[in-house]
Amino acid sequence: MIPMRGRSKLLLTFFIALFLSILPIPEVLENFRPHWLLLVLIYWCMALPYRVSIGYAWGVGLLLDLLLGAPLGVRSLALAVVVYIVSLNHRVIRNLSLWQQALAVGLFTMLYKLIIFWVEQILFDVAITPMYLWSILTTMLIWPWIFLILRKIRRQFTIK
Amino acid sequence: MKPIFVTSTALQVRLCFAIFASLILIVFDSKFDSFVNIRMYFNTGVAPLIYAANIPGEMLQGVSQNVSTRQDLQTRVKEQEKKLFLQQTQLLQFSHLKKENQRLRALLNSPMQEDSRKLVAELVTVNLDPFALQIMVNKGTSDGVYIGQPVLNEQGVVGQVVDVSATLSRILLISDITHAVPVRVQRNDIRVLANGSGELNELSLPYVPQNTDIQKGDILVTSGLGGVFPEGYPVATVTSFTSPMGDAYAQVSAKPIVALERLRYVLLVWQQEQPLLQNPSIQKDSSKPTTDKAEP
Repeated sequence: MIPMRGRSKLLLTFFIALFLSILPIPEVLENFRPHWLLLVLIYWCMALPYRVSIGYAWGVGLLLDLLLGAPLGVRSLALAVVVYIVSLNHRVIRNLSLWQQALAVGLFTMLYKLIIFWVEQILFDVAITPMYLWSILTTMLIWPWIFLILRKIRRQFTIK
Repeated sequence: MKPIFVTSTALQVRLCFAIFASLILIVFDSKFDSFVNIRMYFNTGVAPLIYAANIPGEMLQGVSQNVSTRQDLQTRVKEQEKKLFLQQTQLLQFSHLKKENQRLRALLNSPMQEDSRKLVAELVTVNLDPFALQIMVNKGTSDGVYIGQPVLNEQGVVGQVVDVSATLSRILLISDITHAVPVRVQRNDIRVLANGSGELNELSLPYVPQNTDIQKGDILVTSGLGGVFPEGYPVATVTSFTSPMGDAYAQVSAKPIVALERLRYVLLVWQQEQPLLQNPSIQKDSSKPTTDKAEP
């Protein structure tokens, strides 16, 4: 049996990501806020696909919905779908270079945002502007740093 | 060893479960409001995280308050004093008018609604759902806040409470796309509905016939019909009234009177339906024909 090592550290990274997701920032920067939770989830799912998978994605997505005051389940759905794709292809993604990974993360972010938008549009008939898509770029650009930081954490605390 | 061939099917099953659960949650939460009570407990659970996220903003605020100059503060105090003076003079007649209004309403046999309790709440600055126009304030069920409570500020109507926890509550602004408030035009008492548009500074008035007497600049006040907002508070001013050809209804848009983008303090209001009159002698009189009153 594989011991579940470093569970508290794993959960802590998720909580920090949640914290950063609701941290207030100036209005003009709001559209550029990276999707921290998605980034952390993609990393753990790629590194530990047998441990962090759809269950985690669904749970933390629900927490994010609660914190943002959105209809419950929207972000759970989007994160679960993205994480499904990541964990199916985790071997491929691991072998990509950092910049190629960033591109893949960009695609995942786009899918994530599209699912959220679709659901919200079906529910409330919301509209978006092209500004909605800017955060895909910032999420992509921040991926290499998240990757390096989380890898350091994983190795330091030997989270398996 | 880690399983190699089992995972992909297991993953698909898990994905199906996750999607199914999410869809059920989405439908029941947003369309039927089934989770109001459960949400309250969960919200209370995640409140510490919200407080933590609010700290940096509060610190910045504190710093900016500390570095304001003496000169600045003096001019501000002077301004406030002048404002207070003006408002006090306006208030001189207020209690008299209020009493007179009560008496007149009693004569008309119409019920009076008075705001019984008010509570000032401060904004908690956290990032919220980008698709909804909401704010979060630092009062919750422990202060008696309830879902559907009207929220005002010194300018007019802000919105209503949609979500509560023990110490925090979330307020839906009047310009959110899911919000509507029954209003009437202050000038001629025409009753209309003011729907949110999803844009922070715009409301739209649907189903207004083209020949309705509504003009640009008209002030819309709450009509009290929906039962949520107390009557008579200003909501918006009409910004445009166009009647497109071949359309049954006019296109009317309005701008909220409250500056919704720079809210800092809001007022939570508890309404109380009052008995017809507190003064029993007048009540007795008003129930009789008016001629009886003239001959004692």
